[in-house]
Amino acid sequence: MEINIQKRVLEANETEADINRKFFNEQNVFVLNMMSSPGSGKTETLCKTLGKLMPAIRVGVVVGDICTTNDADRLEVTGAKVTQINTDQFGGDCHLAANLIIDSAKQLGCDDIDLLIVENIGNLVCPAEFDIGEDARAVVLSVTEGEDKPLKYPLMFRVADVAILNKIDLLPYLDFDAKLAVDNMKQVHPHLPVFEISAKTEEGFDPWLEWLKIKVFEKTGK
Amino acid sequence: MHEMGIAEQLIKIAIDSIPQDIGNPKVEKVNLKIGKLASVVEHSLTFCFEIATKDTPLENARLDIDFIPVTVHCKSCDNNWEVTGPVFKCPFCEDGDVEMITGREIEITSIELVD
Repeated sequence: MEINIQKRVLEANETEADINRKFFNEQNVFVLNMMSSPGSGKTETLCKTLGKLMPAIRVGVVVGDICTTNDADRLEVTGAKVTQINTDQFGGDCHLAANLIIDSAKQLGCDDIDLLIVENIGNLVCPAEFDIGEDARAVVLSVTEGEDKPLKYPLMFRVADVAILNKIDLLPYLDFDAKLAVDNMKQVHPHLPVFEISAKTEEGFDPWLEWLKIKVFEKTGK
Repeated sequence: MHEMGIAEQLIKIAIDSIPQDIGNPKVEKVNLKIGKLASVVEHSLTFCFEIATKDTPLENARLDIDFIPVTVHCKSCDNNWEVTGPVFKCPFCEDGDVEMITGREIEITSIELVD
C-alpha cells in the first residue's frame, strides 16, 4: 500500500523560521545571517562593523560555534549585546537551526536593538540550507581561500544577498586573483553585491557599511 | 553533515502519516524528491537513515530518491533553462536577474507499506 505524503522534510524548520520572522518584524529588528567557511574573518569583520555602526544603530549578536565562547568574548568588547550558542550541547550541529535562534534572540532581548546579526557556524554547506527567519544573508570569503569557492559551493553564494571578500590587505603576498573570485561569485549569482574589504586595515569598509545601514533603515526606519 | 537531522525529520513525517488503524505497520520504501542543489549527500542520508530507523516501522526500508534538476528563470528576458553546473548567468540576455524554479527540494512524496 502506498501512502501519498508530499511534504517538505525541512518543514519543521521552515515553520520555526516563519515564527522567528514574525517575532523580528514585531520587534522591528533587521536580522542578518552571516555565513562563511571557518577562518574567513567573520568575527573580525563584525567587530569592526559594530564599532562603526554603534551607537547610531543598536546591535545584538548571536554567535554560533560548536565549542568555546571565544567569538562572543571578542564581540562583547565592542559594547554590543552578545549571546553564544554552542552546538555541542545540541549534538555538534554544523549549522544553526531556526529554533535555536529564537531562544537566543529572546535571551538577548530584542526590544532595544535595531540590528541582530547571527554569526553562523563556519561552514559553506549546511547553513545555506536552513532558513532562520533572517532578512538578509551575507557570505564572507577571504583571499586566503580559493577563487573557485563560489563554484564549489554554489548554493551558499546563490542564497546570499551580499558577499564580502575579506583580507584584501594580503593580496600583494598571494597569487589570489580577486577579480576572478568576484567573477565566479557573479557566475553563480549575477547581481550579487560584493564588497572587497580588509577587516584588519578597515580598507573598503564604507560601501559595506552603507549597504547594511540602508537595509536596516529600509526595515526599521532607524 | 546535517543528513542525520534530515533522516530524523523524514522518519517522523513518515511515521506520522501511517494510519493509526494499521496494526504493526512495516514500511518497505520511502520515496523522496531531492533537488540537485540541495545540500544532501545520498550516501550520508542512506547511512543515517539506516541507523535512525532501527526499531521503528521503517527499519530496513529503502530510500528511493528522485533527483530533481536545477532549473532557473530569468526575470529580465523570461527564459527558463536547466543549470547543469554552478553557473547561473542567463545565457540569453547575459545580465539577467535569475531565480531558481527547481533544484532545492528535500521532499518526501510517499511511503510504501508491506501488504
